[in-house]
Amino acid sequence: MTDAYIYDALRTPRGKGRKDGALHEVTSLRLSALTLNALKERNNLDGHAVEDVIWGNVTQVMEQGGCLARSAVLASDLDESIPGLAINRFCASGMEAVNLAANQVKGGAGDAYIAGGVEMMGRVAMGSDGAAIAVDPTMAMEKYFVPQGISADIIATEYGFTRDQADALAVESQRRAKAAWDDGRFDKSVITVRDQNGLPILDHDEYMRPQTDMQSLGALNASFQAMGEVMPGFDKVAMLKYPHLEKINHIHHAGNSSGIVDGSAAVLIGNKEFGEKYGLKPRARIKATAKIGTDPTIMLTGPVPVTQKILADNGMDIKDIDLFEVNEAFAAVVLRFMQAFDVDSDKVNVNGGSIAMGHPLGATGAMIIGTLLDEMERADKETGLATLCIASGMGAATIIERV
Amino acid sequence: MTDFTMEKGADGVALITWDCPGKTMNVMSIDGLKELESCIDDALADDAVKGVVITSGKEGSFAGGMDLNLLATLKESAGDDPAKGLFEGTMEMHALLRKIERAGMDAKTNKGGKPIAAALPGTAAGIGLELPLATHRIFVADNPKARIGLPEIMVGIFPGAGGTTRLVRKLGAMAASPLLLEGKMLEPAKAKGAGVIDEVVADPVAAAREWVLNATDADILKPWDAKGYKMPGGAPYHPAGFMTFVGANAMVNGKTQGAFPAAKALLSAVYEGALVPFDTALKIEARWFTHVLMNPSSGAMIRSLFVNKEALEKGAVRPEGIPDQRVKKLGVLGAGMMGAGIALVSAQAGMDVVLIDRDQAAADKGKAYTEAYLDKGISRKKVTPEKKEAMLGLINATPDLDALKDCDLIIEAVFEDPKVKAEMTQKVEAIIPEDCIFASNTSTLPITGLAKASKRPDQFIGIHFFSPVEKMLLVEIIKGKETGDRAVAKALDYVRQIRKTPIVVNDARFFYCNRCIIPYGNEATRMVTEGVAPVLIDNAARQLGFPVGPIQLGDETSIDLAAKITRATKEAMGNEYPASEADDLVFWMEEEGRLGRKAKAGYFDYDEKGKRLGYWKGIHDKYPLADEQPDLIEVQERLMFAQVLEAVRALEEGVLEDIREGDVGAVLAWGFAPWSGGPFSWLDIIGTPYAAERCDQLEAKFGERFKCPDLLREMAAKNQTFYGRFSPEAKAA
Repeated sequence: MTDAYIYDALRTPRGKGRKDGALHEVTSLRLSALTLNALKERNNLDGHAVEDVIWGNVTQVMEQGGCLARSAVLASDLDESIPGLAINRFCASGMEAVNLAANQVKGGAGDAYIAGGVEMMGRVAMGSDGAAIAVDPTMAMEKYFVPQGISADIIATEYGFTRDQADALAVESQRRAKAAWDDGRFDKSVITVRDQNGLPILDHDEYMRPQTDMQSLGALNASFQAMGEVMPGFDKVAMLKYPHLEKINHIHHAGNSSGIVDGSAAVLIGNKEFGEKYGLKPRARIKATAKIGTDPTIMLTGPVPVTQKILADNGMDIKDIDLFEVNEAFAAVVLRFMQAFDVDSDKVNVNGGSIAMGHPLGATGAMIIGTLLDEMERADKETGLATLCIASGMGAATIIERV
Repeated sequence: MTDFTMEKGADGVALITWDCPGKTMNVMSIDGLKELESCIDDALADDAVKGVVITSGKEGSFAGGMDLNLLATLKESAGDDPAKGLFEGTMEMHALLRKIERAGMDAKTNKGGKPIAAALPGTAAGIGLELPLATHRIFVADNPKARIGLPEIMVGIFPGAGGTTRLVRKLGAMAASPLLLEGKMLEPAKAKGAGVIDEVVADPVAAAREWVLNATDADILKPWDAKGYKMPGGAPYHPAGFMTFVGANAMVNGKTQGAFPAAKALLSAVYEGALVPFDTALKIEARWFTHVLMNPSSGAMIRSLFVNKEALEKGAVRPEGIPDQRVKKLGVLGAGMMGAGIALVSAQAGMDVVLIDRDQAAADKGKAYTEAYLDKGISRKKVTPEKKEAMLGLINATPDLDALKDCDLIIEAVFEDPKVKAEMTQKVEAIIPEDCIFASNTSTLPITGLAKASKRPDQFIGIHFFSPVEKMLLVEIIKGKETGDRAVAKALDYVRQIRKTPIVVNDARFFYCNRCIIPYGNEATRMVTEGVAPVLIDNAARQLGFPVGPIQLGDETSIDLAAKITRATKEAMGNEYPASEADDLVFWMEEEGRLGRKAKAGYFDYDEKGKRLGYWKGIHDKYPLADEQPDLIEVQERLMFAQVLEAVRALEEGVLEDIREGDVGAVLAWGFAPWSGGPFSWLDIIGTPYAAERCDQLEAKFGERFKCPDLLREMAAKNQTFYGRFSPEAKAA
């Protein structure tokens, strides 16, 4: 089978996903086109260099609706002969775009792809696309739907993580992200977002709070306690599913959960011939991909079984992995991953994660693959694994190795 | 037989009067629907008729709803393909109500329809409100006793004659939910405030007539038939509506513990209906309504909670030929918690009550219970000070046994000690009239034994109340070996006076209810000794529809009581007593002083105020948690079979004479999985062959107590159902 290589990976900085966020004035379309153009430009690609653009995006309504991938291609400097595919696997959409592209290259369906995604969470609100699983009683009641924050708190309860452990992970995420920026570790990947006149709009991750400490986090109220214990009482639903639990321990809050941000990322994936044609050196091989469905109520435990699956499918062991990116959707997700595999925290999210820098849903999966690759190159590591938990009970993973 | 008649007035108003012959309140039947339809057809076709008013011939009420006797058997009578029959029947009902709602108006212009108003003299429930909701305006008499609402959910179904769809479209999902999901019944003024009805007036027929004559095309067009209709509060994918629906699913799931199929079906009808035009929504409502009727739970719930409960209340098991035995003056012996409660409910029913205890202070303390209860009622504006004085005036609290001399019923509620009881019986019998019936409220001592102290054992009976007396709906009447028919009739007439539901059982250890409840509690504690998490046991029971889990119930009823009953049973049974680990646990808890909620320490920890904090972890020092916890289903089956096998044995041994009493009693006395309709209904739902097979498996794994009773084994072999074999109709045939 053909090998699929990563030739390049880049991302925009992440802006606060609020009305006063720096990227709030930029449309999803423009940010997508800008990301595609940056990738095309710095790799000297022809307009028709790739087979397709696979674009992850979760809330596909309004400006993010109507197959944004196609509009983004048309708005970019790429040729109109490249079609564009919008995909949604919730938080792993950006990763799934990369995996789909890699597997098509491996299967011989084209020489190269651009894969990535975008999410302007401040412009198109999370959840505004509706979801039968939350409101249709035949699903919500039968499958014991609870919101993700409750799921994260169920993980904490089930696997015994305390508020202090979660807060410590959050403080460390902030510290690592700050150190990484100070050390210029994201320089290779982060592009500056500019307006139509070339004027800079944002060149750094805007969401970070490096001054965060245990004390400041300790002052925050648990975000999901009221909806769990009082109205409408999701804890009771959780206990229908997990009758061995006496109560849910609500440990998550804004400071130890991922941030709501705007951002976009893209990865250039191709076979050997593609690299030779454009004079590009492959940075890494996409060794394996995997996805899995899990219990939808606890919902966010997917990284563990999907990692077990990807390792087993490829005859690998957890010890074969030198570095991990485990999306920091909620602190308990990462704590659970490290607990399940007995992996040391100095191998996981070494440059911080979504708690510090934010989680632009449709883009994050592509972003963390880039972050992982940059760090593997910097620290001279061979093999890395990126994984995300996914809404409605799913998990996705990618293993890359340097060539 | 004519339920509906129509009278065309000179003013052009056709007055349709609903008046079911021989009934105090109107109920809808298949024939009734046909009659109503022919009246409507006539009125719409007759050019002389300008409008229609629909009212009732019953004073103080419009209609009580669908005939539930009919609903309970609808599935059986719906033909070879019952789902098809039920769906089509429901759609016919929709067509009729839709015909009323559209009233002949042009489909495109919405013009030219005849105004149709409902004039309700009072109470309107179920289809008694769904029909008015299909008219163009609802007038209700200013009658504070009237109750307006859709109580279907209480018997395991939901409003299926358009009430669900119309109310949600009228009020929005959020505002409609207390009416639909809780079956809340409102006084006219409140119903108007909630937007369910339109006007509260002195003379609803006159007001409706007046309105009909002046109504315009716009007045009779329903909002959902007009262009640009938007659901109040937002449809499911409107941002506000989205939150409502997310919340409703979670709330209903949590509240019903997923155990009531009707609640889920109702919400689905609301959700799916909200996304489509009105007529499609009615079709969706009909599909879910059919789905609920097809579920054996609805038939079983209607049968136990309505049909049979009412039959028992009306004297289904009362001995024939005994004249009215209503109680005029009641003597209550013992003014403790039970005695005080019995005095309260009896005074509420207007009886003279003599409340006896050893001294004046103790007797007064019992009476003070009623006073405190009434004061609470006054603070909630449910009781007037005059009513309080009148009721307290009915209770004579005294230590003087002579005050009992003209009582016609005595209920003894003294200490659970045969000697104390015997002494009281003899003392009191020396004073009371010869024909006075003497009842014991014992919960554990066999009646035949207690009757030995009586010189008139045929007038001696058990009347077993549950605690708290004023809240619990069931009374268990126990016949001793020599108890005569008049004593039974007396007890039944008394229970009817205090508006509770009676069951009559024969005498045996723990009678019927406690006989089932005790092994249920024991099974739960036995699991704790095996290392099953107490929370899993309680949650397993709650998911079966029990209001509280058995472990929590243990704390509520107190551990020392359980220990006391265990010791007494051991003593009485001698070598035959089946000792178990569960007893060791209870005795140990008692020694540790963990006596339950009253001691602020039991299976739970409590704070100073007696609020439950969480399960007591110390229990695992003695009984460590097992690493492997059992399946939820296994825990549930152990809890269920522990109860239902006792019910079957009680039937086998003749303690129960009627399975209806076994089912109704179980649901009302200890909250046995109400969705199932009771232990026998549950066995019918799971099927006797499966039940027998599970008994064998449970016996092999957990011991002899799960041994399949011979009766169940025999029925399984013949694939019989309990209601097929033991219902009164089956017995009569």
